Amino acid sequence: MLHALTAFLASGDWYDLRDLGNTVGAVLDDLRSAGFPDWSVYVISSLIGAVGILLWGILSCLAFIWIERRVVALMQNRKGPNRVGPAGLLQPVADAIKLLLKEAITTTGADHILFWAAPIIIFVPTLAVFAVLPFGPKMTLSDLNVGVLFLIAIAGINTPSVFLAGWSSNNKYAMLGAMRTIAMLISYEIIQVLALLGPVIFVSSMRLGDIVGWQDHYNVWLIVLQPVGILGYIIAGAVETNRSPMDIAEAESEIVAGYHTEYGGIKFGFFYQAEYLAGFAIAGAIVSLYLGGWTLWGAENYIPPWIIFLGKLYSVFFIYIWTRGTLPRLRIDQLMAFAWKFLLPIMLVNVLVVGGEVLVWREWEPADEVALSIIAAINLIFGVALVMAWARFLGHGKGNQKGGRAILTQEVGRIYFDPETVAR
Amino acid sequence: MNSAGVEIAFWVLAIMTIGSAVAVVMVRNIIHSFVALISTFAGVAGLYVTLSADFIAITQILIYIGAISILFLFAIVLTPQAERQNQEGFLKFPALGLCAAVSAVLIYVALDTNWNIAGGDGFSETATQIGVLLLDKYVLPFEVASALLLVAVVGSIVLVSPEPPVEDD
Repeated sequence: MLHALTAFLASGDWYDLRDLGNTVGAVLDDLRSAGFPDWSVYVISSLIGAVGILLWGILSCLAFIWIERRVVALMQNRKGPNRVGPAGLLQPVADAIKLLLKEAITTTGADHILFWAAPIIIFVPTLAVFAVLPFGPKMTLSDLNVGVLFLIAIAGINTPSVFLAGWSSNNKYAMLGAMRTIAMLISYEIIQVLALLGPVIFVSSMRLGDIVGWQDHYNVWLIVLQPVGILGYIIAGAVETNRSPMDIAEAESEIVAGYHTEYGGIKFGFFYQAEYLAGFAIAGAIVSLYLGGWTLWGAENYIPPWIIFLGKLYSVFFIYIWTRGTLPRLRIDQLMAFAWKFLLPIMLVNVLVVGGEVLVWREWEPADEVALSIIAAINLIFGVALVMAWARFLGHGKGNQKGGRAILTQEVGRIYFDPETVAR
Repeated sequence: MNSAGVEIAFWVLAIMTIGSAVAVVMVRNIIHSFVALISTFAGVAGLYVTLSADFIAITQILIYIGAISILFLFAIVLTPQAERQNQEGFLKFPALGLCAAVSAVLIYVALDTNWNIAGGDGFSETATQIGVLLLDKYVLPFEVASALLLVAVVGSIVLVSPEPPVEDD
């Protein structure tokens, strides 16, 4: 162990910030050559990755809580947090300490086990998403060959856990919020799957590392080839992370705070943190799938690739902050209609077009630059035309703008607690 | 199963799967048995991972935990009598006997069969092979299944399509 440590410190790799992946690789190689068994190297590498991602996630959350509050305040002509520390910089720290120290209250009628379990169940999958994101050339915790499916599957796990949080609170507002979330998540999961099909068809691999490598190889970002796809994915991502204008799940003016109405203290902190981390995860997925990942037209040879990745990730996340400060909230029937009547047909046609293009590209084998620029032009024109036509067809003054009878919300809440069967 | 890690993972996952499957029918609270059902699905997905069938494992999570469980949830929440929870039924002992018989047959078959041991280190990239097979050799069942799903979707829309406006509220 000591030998490995000295050899590693002497190698001069450890402070090499340009490539954290290589640094970790050097540690592991040294350990392996020092005679450690394979499984310990395996365990250590996964521990390094998991702890690194967790630390990065928490620090980014703290930073972005401040940034978001300041930016939204700026957009709304307010000051935002400005009392704790210089320019309010210590506000998130103070908030975090407050959340940690608060009494963890469980309401009397709540289902104790599930009430405690729900925040944890929701937090773990959110963290697991980061395992497949390529932070840099050698910086993927686990580059699964079904990475894209993994993203969708992990997003799907959130649905039952949100319901558990809402139901176990034994509160009508929480239950309504949970049912709204479920309706939203199910509808937009389909949009998400169809949006992700585009990059997968182009790259013909579901490994995120391969998708980034493809964009590097052809020197083109998939946003150029998939303008409709990224539109759908950004909207579906906003729904999944409950960010405005899709935040009807926790619409403060209608249902107090949605599915976490009854939660306080650190249990609420888990939900808050999970929501932020899910936002980062969606932003990271968008960066890897559509914006070239850690590549930047050769600049990745001079700037550390993970800094490029994080820079892009924060920029995409900023778009979510921006929309939150700008757009009003949609009504639930508008949101559902938007998914099923507007996004779904567009996404289906998009998949059809992409499939046709890739087929023609493989059959005729033109030069890659020619093929890609033609495809980009076709997809851009086609996307704009499709969105315009659909908006004209279904837009203002057309169709049923009156909210129908919400069948589901009337029926929900039928399931009451029977105090005798609830475990105390 | 050649390494200790896979062995441990198998037993942990097997106990988790069977334990929560038993909990699904034993627990009184119907939402608790729903949670146990999700845990069963997750355990099965984990078992697929130990068999290096990663595509099937991810699909299990996506379809069963993400979609099928939500169907169960809607069924529970929209059932008028759901607040009765799981109650004692007169079929308890016949069901127990039937389950015991089925599991006895399964255990006997599993122990009696002369299983083939697959060589090699398992598959890599199962997703590609499954995709090729689905659109090449098994394209007819694939298309028939999609037509069936379409019929089911259209049928459910026809079933719930709103009648002329309700007067009662």
